[in-house]
Amino acid sequence: MAKENCIISLQGVRKVFGNTAVVEDFNLDITKGEFVTFLGPSGCGKTTTLRMIAGFETPTEGKILLNGEDITKIPPYKRPINTVFQRYALFPHLDVYDNVAFGLKLKKIPYEKTDKNGNKITKLRHLTNEEIDKKVAKALKVVDLDELENRDISTLSGGQQQRVAIARAIVNEPEILLLDEPLGALDLKMRKEMQLELKEMHRKLGITFIYVTHDQEEALTMSDTIVIMKNGEIQQVGTPIDIYNEPVNAYVADFIGESNIYNATMVGKKQVRFLNHAFDCVDDFPLNEKVDVVVRPEDVILTKVNAESKEDLCGRIDTKIFKGVHYEYVIMVGKNEVTVQDTKERNIGDIVKIEIEPENIQIMKKEVTANIYTDAWINNKNQVMISEFPFEADVTQILPGSQIDEEGYLVGKDGKKYDLNDADVIAEVGLNDLGISDIEDEKCLSGVIVDTVYKGDHYQVMVRTEQDEEFIFETAYTWNVNDIVWITIPKEKIKLTLKGDIKKYVKED
Amino acid sequence: MVKKIFGQIYIWLILLLMYLPVLVLIAFSFTEATNVGEWSGFTFDLYPALFQDDAIMRALGNTILVAFISALVATLLGTLGAVGTFYSKKRTKKLIEGTTQISIVNAEIVIAFSLTVMFVFLGTYVFKDYIFSFWTLLIGHVVLALPFVYTSVKPKLQQMDPSMYEAALDLGAKPSTALTKVVLPEILPGILSGFLLSITLSLDDFIITAFTRGSGLLSGAGKIETLSTLVQAKIKKGPIPVEMRALTTIIFLLVVTGVIVISIYRNKKENAAKVRKGRVNA
Repeated sequence: MAKENCIISLQGVRKVFGNTAVVEDFNLDITKGEFVTFLGPSGCGKTTTLRMIAGFETPTEGKILLNGEDITKIPPYKRPINTVFQRYALFPHLDVYDNVAFGLKLKKIPYEKTDKNGNKITKLRHLTNEEIDKKVAKALKVVDLDELENRDISTLSGGQQQRVAIARAIVNEPEILLLDEPLGALDLKMRKEMQLELKEMHRKLGITFIYVTHDQEEALTMSDTIVIMKNGEIQQVGTPIDIYNEPVNAYVADFIGESNIYNATMVGKKQVRFLNHAFDCVDDFPLNEKVDVVVRPEDVILTKVNAESKEDLCGRIDTKIFKGVHYEYVIMVGKNEVTVQDTKERNIGDIVKIEIEPENIQIMKKEVTANIYTDAWINNKNQVMISEFPFEADVTQILPGSQIDEEGYLVGKDGKKYDLNDADVIAEVGLNDLGISDIEDEKCLSGVIVDTVYKGDHYQVMVRTEQDEEFIFETAYTWNVNDIVWITIPKEKIKLTLKGDIKKYVKED
Repeated sequence: MVKKIFGQIYIWLILLLMYLPVLVLIAFSFTEATNVGEWSGFTFDLYPALFQDDAIMRALGNTILVAFISALVATLLGTLGAVGTFYSKKRTKKLIEGTTQISIVNAEIVIAFSLTVMFVFLGTYVFKDYIFSFWTLLIGHVVLALPFVYTSVKPKLQQMDPSMYEAALDLGAKPSTALTKVVLPEILPGILSGFLLSITLSLDDFIITAFTRGSGLLSGAGKIETLSTLVQAKIKKGPIPVEMRALTTIIFLLVVTGVIVISIYRNKKENAAKVRKGRVNA
């Protein structure tokens, strides 16, 4: 079941603190000598997983195997695994040398001895002082600290303390070295240097490294394998290149590198529609499937607008930042932003044509749980505009305890007035909260049914409006594709989230 | 310039206020006058007389014994308590911290009197005997010193990186080794100051001693007499025993010598060349 050469294997590991599961269904095999990084935001369970491997926490469920042996319940001091702690945890009462020698002085190694009956027996003995000295000197040399062995810990800089912590761990020749955000406390330049040094050390020592970080760049630079985690679950395991180029979902894409992520719909064979434009792509998904699309900023090609072709996707340059090697532009396509990296200088306000190569459009399956409209906004009547159509909505939910005054401004508990006209919001409507009717009603938004999928006990029906916005609803009844329907949404069923800070909308008297 | 002079004067004034009485005391330990503050000629006689005075010597012995034993017990219990509290859950921690705070600000007379009432109660209903002895005195002094030990160890624990204990385990130390080799050295200064504080508290305690003592130690069948109770008993009947001047001078000089020796030792240790046992010198 485990991979060949697998040094450590986590099988169905789960950890619960109180009532919350911090790590859930964690399955991972790590190959000997690999540099594995657990990547995720704080609170995603990466450190807890590391602590379970080190032995500081016991999994609530599941097993941890080291070289095929179950070590789930073995205490940390019996595991051939050493840790470099986030804040180093050096011993201040010992100097550099004694910190590094700490583990060696406790270590016992087997040796053969002839007892009085002439039989050879194996006994355990401590290392001799000479052996310890040799190993300490070697470890200090690896981290470039051999000159500082007599120094007190408190007199060392952050980077030097970091090196002591590494030396203290590797001197024990562990099978696995765990590193818990070891570079977090260092400044940027030092961090970059240490990244390269750690990578070099990993190459030289041949020890398996398990590295925890929330810094995606660090993960990409250093790892053989990246494990992306979210809310205690693994999202994706892969090489840095795989994860960058083929993220499995929008979360991974967003976390690794800069990316443009859009809601999209498959509109034909290997054709996907987003930014109100149909693009050719290389992934084949079922027709009308709702998907997420990721386009990296460096993969967007900008060219001059060709006046004759109306089919082209065009946008207006909104912002421009010089980044050294390239310019970073934000281009507005309707209400959507496209971030682009381009080496050519362009001017703000220019209209440019946007092209994307089919293989650079990464399409990811999306589970539809609600209708989410990320480009909705509020009009001057406090209605929410979805697909250019005004829906009555309760805008007071944006600010708890607020109300609408007679002039139409939102008034907070503290008496502050907010003018929400033109505020960008995310509108969310549950799949069961749409009202659909086939009786014509001019006061409602109309659309065409483009897809119905039978989901066991109900149908999931997709309606597309003239503005290319999709509404998905669940129903027990059958609807026919190509029927025209009219959509209503009860006021209280529209959930609104403001994009950006509400302070932007304070009304100045 | 004027500011500087005033600053100097201020510092010297404070030092004078602190040490002048001691200097006067030392001077008057070399005269035999019974009335304090009278000079009746220079003599060393008070010193031999001090060592020949059985009552004072006995009281001194008792005082030192009680101080050391109670400080040891209080330090042990207080340190364990502080470590235990530090690694326990939040609510337990808060509760224990609150209760130790109370006993620090609590008036000594309240502690003394409540202990007496409790000992009498226990003697009457539980042991069916008079239980005042060295043990009740010891309990009294331990109760007095315990919160102070706890309070001096606690900040050392808080300053400590909490993952240090785990780091020790990670490097192969058993929990007990991790505690003695990593946690203990880290909090040792706190433990030592707690110990010294306990000794001082016990040395010049009067109220608790007077309320909780019974027979035992060097006093044999009589009530345990410490320096403070002895002086109290003597001045009830007459002047302060003249030998006390010699005794307090000796105590002061011992303390001063102690402080000097410790700082010399520290300096020496800092400057000493480090010895690496396994090093093969080229």
